[in-house]
Amino acid sequence: MSAPAPEAALPSLPSVYRSRATVELKEFFRQRESVVFTLLLPVLLLVVFGAVLNFDLGSGVSFTQYFMAGIIAAGILGASLQNMAISIATERSDGTLKHLSGTPMPRSAFFVGKVVQVLAVTVAIIVVLLLIGVVFYGIDLPSGSDWLVFAWVSALGAAACTLLGIALSSLAKNGRSASATVTPFALVLQFISGVFFQFSEIPTWMQTVASVFPLKWMAQGLRSVFLPDALAADEPAGSWELGRVALVLAVWCVVGLLLCVRTFRWQDRGTG
Amino acid sequence: MTSTPAAAAVRPAPGDPLDPTAAISIRGLVKRYGEFTAVDGLDLDIHRGEIFALLGPNGAGKTTTVEICEGYRGRDAGEVRVLGADPAEGSRRWKARLGIVLQSGGGDSQLTVRELVRAQASYYPDPRDADEVLELVGLTEKAGVRGRALSGGQRRRLDVALGIVGRPELLFLDEPTTGFDPEARRQFWSLIRSLRDLGTTMLLTTHYLDEAEALADRVGVIARGRLVEVAVPSALGGRETAPAVVSWTEDGARRTEATATPTAFVRALAERFSGEVPDLAVARPTLEDVYLQMIGHER
Repeated sequence: MSAPAPEAALPSLPSVYRSRATVELKEFFRQRESVVFTLLLPVLLLVVFGAVLNFDLGSGVSFTQYFMAGIIAAGILGASLQNMAISIATERSDGTLKHLSGTPMPRSAFFVGKVVQVLAVTVAIIVVLLLIGVVFYGIDLPSGSDWLVFAWVSALGAAACTLLGIALSSLAKNGRSASATVTPFALVLQFISGVFFQFSEIPTWMQTVASVFPLKWMAQGLRSVFLPDALAADEPAGSWELGRVALVLAVWCVVGLLLCVRTFRWQDRGTG
Repeated sequence: MTSTPAAAAVRPAPGDPLDPTAAISIRGLVKRYGEFTAVDGLDLDIHRGEIFALLGPNGAGKTTTVEICEGYRGRDAGEVRVLGADPAEGSRRWKARLGIVLQSGGGDSQLTVRELVRAQASYYPDPRDADEVLELVGLTEKAGVRGRALSGGQRRRLDVALGIVGRPELLFLDEPTTGFDPEARRQFWSLIRSLRDLGTTMLLTTHYLDEAEALADRVGVIARGRLVEVAVPSALGGRETAPAVVSWTEDGARRTEATATPTAFVRALAERFSGEVPDLAVARPTLEDVYLQMIGHER
């Protein structure tokens, strides 16, 4: 008999977390489609928009400086919400999740792996976008306490969007249908949330719609980092509203978490 | 099914207490999906160290029964113990003693075969060495190939590798060879036999009769959610005591005779023909004959 020694202890949480994080990083960075779609698309958009829409916003600030905040917010949305919704829907429909839930892997390890993946992709996107912005378009990097705001807006936004992405994955039948619903949704959000156009130029009712979702608040928080305070006057409230940015994103974190807890499934529907 | 003493001895009756020594003990299991009753009062014990094959047509309740034992599905009535625990409350420690090969394997992975087996090993307290496992399933040469690039048969062998790397006491195999070519199935069978030699208990579902006959110590036939019979493969459906059919050609016509004593009958025939009997054949009902009869009766 080859029964395991009764004293053999289950592997420690950190060791399984490390293993899952490695799996998730390899799964993402080795897949050409996800790397191109999630990482290179924002870069391409920055290059094109930076070259084409290089007008002055006033106070000597170029649109590229404005666009920097928006494209970073959109990049975070892609790395978290779109990435999670599509990848988890795929893994649910192809049986990967079912397989994992039949192993002694602690379930928290699955989510830790996903969070590490989102973090790594988010940091990669931000670094690449900043590099290109500085080298090719003369973007002014944030200074002093702006870095702190940059960090918390990005982290809180990524957290809210990751949770929402995980929750959205349960609505889709498979990865393909998740992609078909989430991608247009994200694109529309980008158009009405002040990513591609100045938020102040967008019709009020669209602004109102955008204000429900996290992207508008992420972009606004990041504008406070990249734009001089004089331009805060162009915001709908006449200020950066950082308190409200934190509040809305935190509420989305709570809503996303509740949705995840209530809707997350390890198996396809109909096999429960 | 108390037609033969052997069958009575291997099969618990409804109302018997759970067998605490069994790897799997099931009493009165019922599972419904809406109006449809998928499993309808199933009693079964699977002993430690044996290979048990659950045989039945599609939709008979094989996968439902197995997935209840694996902890994937709940049940509507009955008692189930798998390695002493109720699967509905399976702990991590309990799952560490199981190996599960699902009917459909995982997705297209970017990880290599070896990386996938190592990741799986990292969830278990006392895993086998990844390279040993790959050797065992015959994937050594594919160790550096990404999961997504495997063929169907290779993918299935990877599923088995993932199922056994945790050194399970009990291995579930749900239709493991569907889609295999004959050569791959033979290789797979020898893998299963070597796992049995290592002491692994196995519950196998299949709709290939030759597979059940070649591998299983005991076979359970399931139809319409009920166990129709449990027996060793050679005795299924009273096959070992069923009359043999002797056939030969005489005066240009095909003659057949059913007899309980085929040896004596053939000897008499041989004397009558004083030598070779033309086109002599002696046949017993095949597993397929009795199986089709069994599931036919239930329809």
